[in-house]
Amino acid sequence: MSRKEKFAEIALTVVGLTSVAVLALIIFFIFKEGSPALAHVGLGRFVGGTRWSPGKGQFGILPMIVGSFFVTFGALLTGVPLGLGCALYLSEFAPRKTAAVLKPLVEILAGIPSVVFGFIGLTVIVPLIRDHLGGPGFSVLASAIVLGVMILPTMVSISYDALRAVPQVYREGMLAVGANQWQTVTSVVLPAARPGILAAGILSMGRAVGETMAVIMVAGNATIIPVSFLDPVRTLTSNIALEMGYATGLHRQALFATGIVLFVIIGALNILARAFIRSR
Amino acid sequence: MRDVAGEAGGAVKVEAKGFRLYYGEFQALKGLDAAFPDKSITAIIGPSGCGKSTFLRSINRMNDLIEGVRVAGEIVYGGKNIYDPSVDLTWLRSRIGMVFQRPVAFPLSIYDNVACAPRVQGITKKSELDQIVERSLKGVGLWDDVKDDLRKPAGGLSLGNQQKLCIARAISTNPDVILLDEPASALDPMATLRLEDLMWELRENYCLVIVTHNMQQASRASDYTMFMLDGEIVEMGHTRQVFTNPRDPRTERYVTGKLV
Ligand SMILES: Nc1ncnc2c1ncn2[C@@H]1O[C@H](COP(=O)(O)OP(=O)(O)O)[C@@H](O)[C@H]1O
Ligand SMILES: [Mg+2]
Repeated sequence: MSRKEKFAEIALTVVGLTSVAVLALIIFFIFKEGSPALAHVGLGRFVGGTRWSPGKGQFGILPMIVGSFFVTFGALLTGVPLGLGCALYLSEFAPRKTAAVLKPLVEILAGIPSVVFGFIGLTVIVPLIRDHLGGPGFSVLASAIVLGVMILPTMVSISYDALRAVPQVYREGMLAVGANQWQTVTSVVLPAARPGILAAGILSMGRAVGETMAVIMVAGNATIIPVSFLDPVRTLTSNIALEMGYATGLHRQALFATGIVLFVIIGALNILARAFIRSR
Repeated sequence: MRDVAGEAGGAVKVEAKGFRLYYGEFQALKGLDAAFPDKSITAIIGPSGCGKSTFLRSINRMNDLIEGVRVAGEIVYGGKNIYDPSVDLTWLRSRIGMVFQRPVAFPLSIYDNVACAPRVQGITKKSELDQIVERSLKGVGLWDDVKDDLRKPAGGLSLGNQQKLCIARAISTNPDVILLDEPASALDPMATLRLEDLMWELRENYCLVIVTHNMQQASRASDYTMFMLDGEIVEMGHTRQVFTNPRDPRTERYVTGKLV
């Protein structure tokens, strides 16, 4: 091995180890800051408690856990079908030139700051919901719609790549037995692209769970367990972002503990999703 | 056309009349006249790029998928020009099946690899599909090998068996005609021989047209041979005659290996 190569190898190893080390440090820090609150409040009362009012020493984050779940699920419900449909259109039905223009446009969505999505949600979607469906407008539904749009770039571009990676001979083979384009897509192309499409769904889910700014602006952030899609909600990430600026003492530790719960939930979701893909 | 129809095999199933095909400005087929009789195997031979695949794919209109393709002249099947606007493509492709160069085993179960074809024709009843799958797999001699593994992915089969699976798919819709484009080119010699045996059995019931660049295969496994050069048919006749007593000097040079 030449000295140049040796140097490159060492440099890359250092860079790689650094990113792993940073990640480990972050995890360590969150656990170190948050675990005293978990010990003080008790894991059961922290995760299962329904009241969050730090002023009175009540630290129950169940409303936020349920809120995060509803908002994420709602975002997937709106964003996944829309994104998959868009990817299918671009990959299977649109003329090549149309796809070449539209796909970068969808990907530009990813570059728009989330506060802009939040702002549009706040000024357009929230009033629409309030006027036509009732309730305060700030709601699970508003968050689901805003997040649904925000996960589109991930969903579209990864599913599109998965669909494009399906060998052309599969399409030809199916057309050769008389299938029309739609039958070809449903019977061969989609099954062949399924692992990639599921991966797109998982990454979208990660994006939806983690997104904070836009959600804060349209969710209403009440610390109640939502019972309808028109109720306001607060998510785990919002809880941290909203209060970290002024929290001290146990309150501050409880916010780090919220981070621990978020971390565990995201990890569990990833493991579950991967197991699900492999089991297919 | 020379004295092809009506000797070995049955009545003419497919007939090309002055058929031409253009890829944009490039004319790939320059007015082909050919007849393919029932219950026989016709081999299409010729050097690479002479238009064999193009012609074969024209017979079930697979070239429609390619942008910029224009055709003229006729290909007659069932008393109709298949390029007539009234012809239903789903129907046409169920009557004229196609097998590709590399086996196209879909990433589905063995069962679904066959059943997808009748499903396209609107057959959804499970008992009926079961029957079709069994009949088709028996038809290609694969049933005994796979009957316990119908739910397993087709990708686990050997290449030779994958190709048989594709033929099973092609015959599952009860076609008249089966088109095969160099179906053995991805197979080893043993699998190739088994495929030829299978074709010889299928010959009892179908009109088979096979593209091959393997001279031995054409000479031992076909009734008729059609020799193409630069988008034209140079010679078509009984296989023995084309190989032993060709009418055209270019055919002679090709079958004796002096023209590639
Ligand atoms: N999709 C296409 N677009 C343009 N030209 C093509 C296309 N497919 C084939 N051709 C041309 O048509 C001619 C015949 O090709 P093909 O039918 O594949 O030949 P063969 O199967 O005999 O090797 C070749 O010159 C080839 O370059
Ligand atoms: Mg070819």
